Amino acid sequence: MASKRKEELRVDHKVIGDMIEPGSMVLDMGCGDGDLLEYLVLRKEVKGSGVEISEEAIYKCVEKGLSVSHGDIDSGLKEYPDKLFDYVIFNQTMQQVHRPAEAIMEALRIGKKVIIGFPNFCYITARLQILFSGHVPITPSLPYFWYDTPNLHFLSIKDFRIFCAERGITIEKSVFLAESGTVRFMPNLFALNAIFQISKK
Amino acid sequence: MPDKSGKKDLGFVETKYYNMPEGAEFILENDAKLPGLKIAYETYGELNSRKNNAVLICHALSGDAHVAGFHSGDKKPGWWNDMIGPGKAFDTDKYFVICSNVIGGCKGSSGPNSINPSTGKPYGLAFPIVSIKDMVHAQKKLLDFLGIKKLLSVCGGSMGGMQALQWAVTYPKMVVSCIPIAANYKHSAQQIAFDEVGRQAIMADPAWNGGNYYEKGHPSAGLAVARMIGHITYMSNKSMEKKFGRALKRAELGYEFSTEFEVEGYLRYRGDNFVKRFDANSYLYITKAMDYFDLQHGKKLQDTFRGVSARFLIIAFSSDWLYPPFQSKEIVRALKMNGIDVTYCEISSDYGHDAFLLEYAEESRLIKHFLEKTHKKQGK
Repeated sequence: MASKRKEELRVDHKVIGDMIEPGSMVLDMGCGDGDLLEYLVLRKEVKGSGVEISEEAIYKCVEKGLSVSHGDIDSGLKEYPDKLFDYVIFNQTMQQVHRPAEAIMEALRIGKKVIIGFPNFCYITARLQILFSGHVPITPSLPYFWYDTPNLHFLSIKDFRIFCAERGITIEKSVFLAESGTVRFMPNLFALNAIFQISKK
Repeated sequence: MPDKSGKKDLGFVETKYYNMPEGAEFILENDAKLPGLKIAYETYGELNSRKNNAVLICHALSGDAHVAGFHSGDKKPGWWNDMIGPGKAFDTDKYFVICSNVIGGCKGSSGPNSINPSTGKPYGLAFPIVSIKDMVHAQKKLLDFLGIKKLLSVCGGSMGGMQALQWAVTYPKMVVSCIPIAANYKHSAQQIAFDEVGRQAIMADPAWNGGNYYEKGHPSAGLAVARMIGHITYMSNKSMEKKFGRALKRAELGYEFSTEFEVEGYLRYRGDNFVKRFDANSYLYITKAMDYFDLQHGKKLQDTFRGVSARFLIIAFSSDWLYPPFQSKEIVRALKMNGIDVTYCEISSDYGHDAFLLEYAEESRLIKHFLEKTHKKQGK
């Protein structure tokens, strides 16, 4: 499962890379070992920086030549001035922050555009697992037991669209991913992961 | 001679001295004038032809210019030998590393134990009060003499970190990168308080004699107590528990006022050792310089860093209660608000403030790559 997940995240990286204008200022919230940032610096020549909670991950980022700040996402967002970044990215990290609504609004304050990638909780297999096996779903994009998941919040593509609509957030781009590639037909049912680019006037 | 990490040491090194030209005065932040300035310094590695590989290391309260390698006849290397040498974080095969003793110090640079030309005797308290900015200005004089116009990096721990920050603010065009470790942007009430207790311990020693003791006996008892207090603040509750606990120096309690606990013995040993190598007046001057340190000067902290162009690597340690991580984080926040490139890491350690001298493996991982990236960025 782990190797598959990694493979899939690489597709995530490519999708996010395709959304980003070359040479822009990018902040990756929860940048982990810095693989995405490194990819964006090398391929898109972005001026990138990251925020990451794991000390070991900080060393790995610095080894890659990246600028990173050791801390949590919730408080980390407050440290930047308005619209400093062209893009603020939450790739697979939004569901792990304590206050996602606040974090998204803060990200829209400090970034002109925000890119959010998250696992879709209403993927067909997840629905079937709840309905027929009576288990909390475990899918390739949500590969955890209830007791060891880093995810604090669970949402679907539909939930995210509603969230944006209610807050006057514009969805500029969206890409939906399944194991086989991108999904266009009924993504809330057939996509494992969603990547949105949003902005707010 | 390979060290603990298997990397090579520098071998034998020597302290050199720079003297300001005859007749030149060194003007201090408080407008006092020092007739002549002497700076003790060491350098390792080679300055490249483009003169863009110079790294300045700034020492802490009790440090000196001898940061790495061995002095002839010494068994112990310089105070940060684990960090500086061929293949180490400050790789002397790549960088030209400079470290000098601060003004006000007692390890070869002008300080209260230097000879006052107007009396022919040590200055004592006639030596002008110095500040962190004065330390930086003195280092600038040395760099001018060495023909260095750009610093690839300026780095230091504790008071060394304060100098590094001052460098980035005072000479923004000269500093390409800045690495303050376990430092603060202004001395807090608690930091001033500990310094003042140390000073009072020295000044309460009758031997101190208003700072005029060089021809008689030094105030060793007072300075030793100052150092003991210092050591308590440099360790953490956890590191003290681990190192000493309630262990006794002898089989059982003696019910008397002698050195019974291991921790007492350790502090006395550190205190007694310190007086052999440090001047009490220097301790007063340098702690005062730290207490005066305030980059903010009543402004918003983020305005302090306006116009600063260096990239930063800021390091703090989880158990450091003397210079706690939240103070480093305030600097990080202020830098970010200016859009300045900053990397921050809080290294988890039980060693307290001393961690900056001990956690060299983690520091190396950060500094080595940060410097390489900085060097590459500015073009070799």
